[in-house]
Amino acid sequence: MSTTTLSVPRRLGRAKGGEDSPKAMAFMAALWFCLFVAVLFLVVLIAVTVIEGLPRWDGALLGNYPGPDPLEAGARPAILGSMWVIATTATMAIPLGVAAAIHLEEFADPTNRFNRFVELNVQNLAAVPAIVYGLLTLSAVALLGLTNKNMVIVGAMSLALLILPVIIISTREALRAVPIEIRHGSLALGASPLQTVIRQTLPAAVPGIATGSILALSRALGEAAPLLLLGGLVFLRFDPNGLLSGYTTLPIQIFNWSSRPQAGFHTLAAAASMVLLALLMAMNSLAIYIRNRFQQRW
Amino acid sequence: MTRTYTSRARELVDTPSPVISCTDVNIYYGKFRAVSDVTLEFGDREITALIGPSGCGKSTVLRSLNRMNDLIPGARVEGVIDYHGQNIYDRGVDAIEVRRRIGMVFQKPNPFPKSIFDNIAYGPRVSGMQVDNMEELVEKSLRDAALWDEVKDKLKQSAFGLSGGQQQRLCIARTIAVQPEVILMDEPCSALDPIATMKIEDLMQQLREQYAIIIVTHNMQQAARVADRTAFFTAMASEETGDRTGQLVEYDTTEVIFERPADQRTEDYISGRFG
Amino acid sequence: MSLPRSPEAATLDRVSAVIEPTESPAPVGRDFPAGFLAARSRPGETITLGLMKLSAWVSIAITIGIVVALLIPSIDFFRQVSVMDFLFGTRWAPRFANASFGVVPLVTATLWTTLIALCTAVPLGLGAAVYLAEYAPWRVRKLLKPILEILAGVPTVVYGLFALTFVQQTVLRDWLGFTTGAFSVLAAGLVMGVMIVPTVASVSEDAMSAVPNALRQGSAALGANRMQTTLRVVFPAALSGIVAAIILGVSRAVGETMIVAIAAGSQARIVGGPLEQGLTMTSFIANAALGDSRVGSLAYDTLFAVGLLLFVITLVVNAISIAFVRRFREAY
Repeated sequence: MSTTTLSVPRRLGRAKGGEDSPKAMAFMAALWFCLFVAVLFLVVLIAVTVIEGLPRWDGALLGNYPGPDPLEAGARPAILGSMWVIATTATMAIPLGVAAAIHLEEFADPTNRFNRFVELNVQNLAAVPAIVYGLLTLSAVALLGLTNKNMVIVGAMSLALLILPVIIISTREALRAVPIEIRHGSLALGASPLQTVIRQTLPAAVPGIATGSILALSRALGEAAPLLLLGGLVFLRFDPNGLLSGYTTLPIQIFNWSSRPQAGFHTLAAAASMVLLALLMAMNSLAIYIRNRFQQRW
Repeated sequence: MTRTYTSRARELVDTPSPVISCTDVNIYYGKFRAVSDVTLEFGDREITALIGPSGCGKSTVLRSLNRMNDLIPGARVEGVIDYHGQNIYDRGVDAIEVRRRIGMVFQKPNPFPKSIFDNIAYGPRVSGMQVDNMEELVEKSLRDAALWDEVKDKLKQSAFGLSGGQQQRLCIARTIAVQPEVILMDEPCSALDPIATMKIEDLMQQLREQYAIIIVTHNMQQAARVADRTAFFTAMASEETGDRTGQLVEYDTTEVIFERPADQRTEDYISGRFG
Repeated sequence: MSLPRSPEAATLDRVSAVIEPTESPAPVGRDFPAGFLAARSRPGETITLGLMKLSAWVSIAITIGIVVALLIPSIDFFRQVSVMDFLFGTRWAPRFANASFGVVPLVTATLWTTLIALCTAVPLGLGAAVYLAEYAPWRVRKLLKPILEILAGVPTVVYGLFALTFVQQTVLRDWLGFTTGAFSVLAAGLVMGVMIVPTVASVSEDAMSAVPNALRQGSAALGANRMQTTLRVVFPAALSGIVAAIILGVSRAVGETMIVAIAAGSQARIVGGPLEQGLTMTSFIANAALGDSRVGSLAYDTLFAVGLLLFVITLVVNAISIAFVRRFREAY
């Protein structure tokens, strides 16, 4: 936080360079305008989506299977598919990401060239476009000789690869926020480095890790690009029921409906967007709640 | 000049066996030599104070005694630090085993974000100590740290609710719960007010009956009040590189160091002409 | 130095026996069997630490995987299409009988959307960042930062749908009366710009917050107002961080797929103006994936060749960004 406190007396403020000079006021107004536009955009986006989607915001949306009639079609398999994929993604990415972050933050020697390379690499991976992870997974599937790409576990793998660097980075930040004194106190009592991490550092960092992981998962939940490459765009008339099951997800269903020419499907896409936005807002709120409620203040 | 030294200081009639002896210890951070050629013995059941100006390497020496320096990348110790016939820096020596016997209390109280009870029980639990009755051990540790009466009704509450002085005594209680032989204290009172400081000093006098205590302090009066023996360190600029390297100047009983130091530099520091 | 003797000790040696310390029973820490400090093997610990190290190496494996996965089909691709034809050819028609693989049309579409996105995101993001870092009271920050986070969290398909149905059809066509079709790079770029506002804002706000307050106070002491302080002191000091934020925005814009796949159109032509439609590199990959490309076919390899180009571009852009961030970290 770095607001400056300037106590310029009011009557001097009329001077050309004062806080109240026309230029300074215009500058401040411009800044306000920037934020206003961003916030306004969000409000309009939500409003437009809701207005457009409201006619199909009904039980059939949640309960029906997709179909040719935009008044009857629903997103049931897509919603369930999203849940399957996200749960699988979380199971793969969180343990791996947290373990990697612990190694990098707590055990790896930061002066070691290789470790610095690993660190740089993680930063780079975080900026690789989502669709490239789709291509990577596509290759892996081809390498394994699988003819059927449309499986929950395959889709989840691409998303896990996508959010792994994000989880590593946010977990490292959470670990770094735990004061070094806690580690020293534990080690000085004869705890081993691993005991120190498992019993002190990690528990203290859990709120931060949870917040970061939830935000990463919400990114995965909204992501469609890699799944498109992996045959996620299918017409399903059954509920996904396992890791090898066929699936589609909510973002893909939205993409599918929004690329139809009929306006009725655009309404449907907007209604499904409402479901997706509601899920994401719930996840974001949970993340913010955890951060505010459980974060240890040192 | 009249000073009151601890009653024990006058009773240092015989030198007990040293518990830790350092021989020609050099400590490096990377290429930089932080401390050079320290040879020093610490007596059992005594309080030894390490004093000297900032940057003289006293904290570095202290942290090397239970291998806390291992945690600083690039830190390296040469020479011998002998503990019961073992050089603690030998290959094959387990730093964890060293720290179980040589505990440490830090400058800033650092309770764990857990209950008071769990703070004390942590050490015994992680070190796999055979404890028949943890409640008893916790109570004894807290009593020995003169904290029991203040916290006995809130053992399950977070240690963060305690005052700074109480937190520091909790850290001492936590350290003695694992029954070490030596307790290192790195400026344990520098973050505390005078009353809390006095309580810690009283506590140190009691603990000396059972433990060897080595304390780093910036506060000369504190060294004079609590320590049996005092080692004075200073930083000397190296002729070749200009790096300031810590050196042991003089080591004697506290009374000698404060009343009739042998070295002019000690005299200057003690009388406030330097540092 | 060996333990120094007390000055009185020499004279009082004879009475030393009187003050013999009483032995208390040796506690656990006082037990010194042979080899009491010897390293113990802790197999569980070793295995766990090894597994964690392995997890960290997974990130390297992923990078290698990406490079290999993109290179191998690309090599096949470049056996059939020359690199020159690919990079400089101006006709993209991979699925026609008379196939042509000039990537320039895709690159122009990507350039247009990225440029439009930046023109939106840079002023908005920097303005928001300056306000948050230099002006906003604590309460306002607390309110605005979650809003920016939500903006960053909106799924790109939702942005895409919004760009298609509202920005393109309602705003550009109905309200502003532009002559444009169902898709345009302008609609996609504008919405994408808003999508990357939070990225630009948060990274550049970090950079400005890292500027020491002493600089601001020094400027204020010379009679500068906040605007002058911000523009002449804080901004230059945080410049490398701000540049990094913008470059990071570029890399997000180049790699963004769903918005352009939905709203920018699907005709691969060289894009001449913002109201035209265009097929970007990412939306080509997304669209091509919808048709079934057999593994090993030229159509399949084409995906990877374009993917490789995309990866290289974002890698370079990102490396520049990291270099700028490093520089500003070093400065403070």
